[in-house]
Amino acid sequence: MEVGQLQRSFVEFTESLFREGFLDAQFCQLQQLQDENNPDFVIEVVSLFFEDSEKLLNDLTRALDQQDVDFKKVDACVHQLKGSSSSIGAERVKNACIAFRNFCDELNIDACLRCLQHVKQEYLLVKNKLETLFRLEQQILAAGGAIPMVE
Amino acid sequence: MNLGGGQLVKSMAVPSSSASWKSGGDGVSDQFPAGLRVLVVDDDPTCLRILEKMLKNCLYEVTKCNRAEIALKLLRDNRNGYDIVISDVHMPDMDGFKLLEQVGLEMDLPVIMMSADDSKNVVMKGVTHGACDYLIKPVRIEALKNIWQHVVRKGKHEWKEKDYEQSGSVEDGERQQKPNEDVDYSSSANEGNWKNSKKRKDDEEDQEEKDDSSTLKKPRVVWSVELHQQFVAAVNQLGIDKAVPKKILELMNVPGLTRENVASHLQKYRLYLRRVSGVSQHQNGLNNSFMGTPDATFGSMSSINGLDFQALAATGQIPAQSLASLQAAAIGRPTSKPTISMPVVDQRNLFSFEPHKLRFGEGQQQLNGSTKQISLLHGIPTNMEPKQLASLNQSAQTFGGINMQVSSQASQGNTLLMQMTQPMSRAPMLNENNASQISRLPSSVGQAILSNGIPSGVLGRNGIVDSVRGPVYTPVSQTSSLVDFSVSNSAELPGSTFPHASNSGISSLTPKGMMQEEVNSEGKGSRGFPSSYDIFSELQQHKTQDWGLQNVGSTFDGTQHSSIQGSLEGGRNNPPNFGQQFSSYMVDNSLRIKSERHPDANCQTNLFPQLFGQDDLMSALLKQEGIGSVESDFGFDGYALDL
Repeated sequence: MEVGQLQRSFVEFTESLFREGFLDAQFCQLQQLQDENNPDFVIEVVSLFFEDSEKLLNDLTRALDQQDVDFKKVDACVHQLKGSSSSIGAERVKNACIAFRNFCDELNIDACLRCLQHVKQEYLLVKNKLETLFRLEQQILAAGGAIPMVE
Repeated sequence: MNLGGGQLVKSMAVPSSSASWKSGGDGVSDQFPAGLRVLVVDDDPTCLRILEKMLKNCLYEVTKCNRAEIALKLLRDNRNGYDIVISDVHMPDMDGFKLLEQVGLEMDLPVIMMSADDSKNVVMKGVTHGACDYLIKPVRIEALKNIWQHVVRKGKHEWKEKDYEQSGSVEDGERQQKPNEDVDYSSSANEGNWKNSKKRKDDEEDQEEKDDSSTLKKPRVVWSVELHQQFVAAVNQLGIDKAVPKKILELMNVPGLTRENVASHLQKYRLYLRRVSGVSQHQNGLNNSFMGTPDATFGSMSSINGLDFQALAATGQIPAQSLASLQAAAIGRPTSKPTISMPVVDQRNLFSFEPHKLRFGEGQQQLNGSTKQISLLHGIPTNMEPKQLASLNQSAQTFGGINMQVSSQASQGNTLLMQMTQPMSRAPMLNENNASQISRLPSSVGQAILSNGIPSGVLGRNGIVDSVRGPVYTPVSQTSSLVDFSVSNSAELPGSTFPHASNSGISSLTPKGMMQEEVNSEGKGSRGFPSSYDIFSELQQHKTQDWGLQNVGSTFDGTQHSSIQGSLEGGRNNPPNFGQQFSSYMVDNSLRIKSERHPDANCQTNLFPQLFGQDDLMSALLKQEGIGSVESDFGFDGYALDL
């Protein structure tokens, strides 16, 4: 595929991510932080996010699976997930976490389980999207092009 | 943005661009804030990495770590290696606020808190704990660009920074405080903060003095224990409300110490006291005039916060020397202060029962002594440090039996107080050891007070027994049992029993063993406590000085009303609330006690039948503490409190 095409796809894709709420302005901040000295900054941070999130989701699954659910722990995990997702701009994940926390406060196990499902879903979605995005970037670079800035 | 505003850095207008980094002074290097050494702490790796990159983009020198303990270690190992700390609120190994306080106390660095949590109470917590700013995640780079202003503020106007809760970042949506448009010491976040007006004055003074010091960073002052003791002594001397940095500085007379250093330290100290006083607030009531002398002169035992050592001394209870030592001790640890005060207060309160006729079983000298003591207690500052207490105790020995009684009570009270205050102060002061010391003091104080209150014959021991009223005060809730005895005692006596009974009771109660030992020593029945708590005797044994503040404290319940108060008030301005409350409590208790008498409470002390409440308490306490049955050291035999 030629560079121009790749770039156009890239732009369109990125715009859709923002439009659909998968990413928000914070993601732009990350992109702005990337520079020649740190060309892989965004990928690096997003990778950290994936790693951390998966661990948190596992912890949450385990915690909600207990006989006696420790809501404090659940809340702490969700809070953390909320913080990291908001830091990279994963808006929908963040919103799912906010809803999750409300149910935690209510000590509603069923609702929490549902929320957990929802969060996992959103997480997988955004992970997928971001991986696609990075792939496109690599392709552009491989084709000799520059990654267009998307506002 | 007017960075150049001299010392007063207008918070607003901080340039978000990297242009004009000029901070107020002229001499500031144009490179600043580049190179600002930031330590960022967050357990979230994603955020940590992002922050690191952002800070690097701001040209700061960044050190990141994901554990609070590591952060503290880094800070301690490199005392002057960092200019500012940014920390997350929720961290698994240590609460961010705790870290904040530690850093503030130990290193006196500006700390910025951050969290995804933007709820008002969390933000408020940041404010009250002394954070110089609070950022809501996700943090934007613009917010970080202005953090240097906190460093400037701290360097030049340490106290100022605390006044402003807001950070310089304009764009952050989450500013919880209204941005200060101009110098205003009264930070919006601190509205109503009593500090504000003071700050204002200080601020003005400060400005004149400080004018353009071109140094951006002032050499940090390390507030060592001695230095802090001097500081506290100076503050106490001036009176917590009147203590202004300038005067404190003068009193301290430490070469090289600047007014700003003092001002900033004072701010922290006040924050601390405020936090601590929150706990003892209810106790305050008792304080006033609780003190024994029939007229509750003591009344104003300093509030708990106030460790009114001086007050104690004033009452004559504590010999001058001891007072001094006590004070010194108290000064040593600010944190401890609050705790101590409590106990002290209690004691006083106990005494104020006098009107209630605290009658201590011990008649002997204690009685007499007690009267005297009571007066002393009056003046006992609550700020006694454990050491001080100890010394106080010692000095109070002269008080004889009364002291014992008092002390036992006091110790109990202390323990209670201490326990109570402990959480607040976080200070080591309350640790067990200290506790004992402190309690010691209180008890003696208490005793003294008691003595006052107790008519000479009252002290149980000597046959006053009858009249001895169990400690009127019902032990503070902490030691439920305590309550009893105090109360019961009072029932009997027209009102004075209180101290006595309470003492014994209290000592035995020694909340959770805090003062246990102390109590024992004090509690020894011989003190004149009718309380036959075995515990007491044990406790009392310790030292006369062992003020059973603990007991006292505990008995107080704090909530009592002010009836007792009057007596407490003592010299110090803030007799521990506790004391006051106690007094009022006691009053009530006395009546209550009567009804409460329980049949020989498990307290081993059957010796003092009357001390039921106490006995029960004692036994309860003893049990808790594992003290075992009270011996009859107390010699309560004679004490027939017939509650």
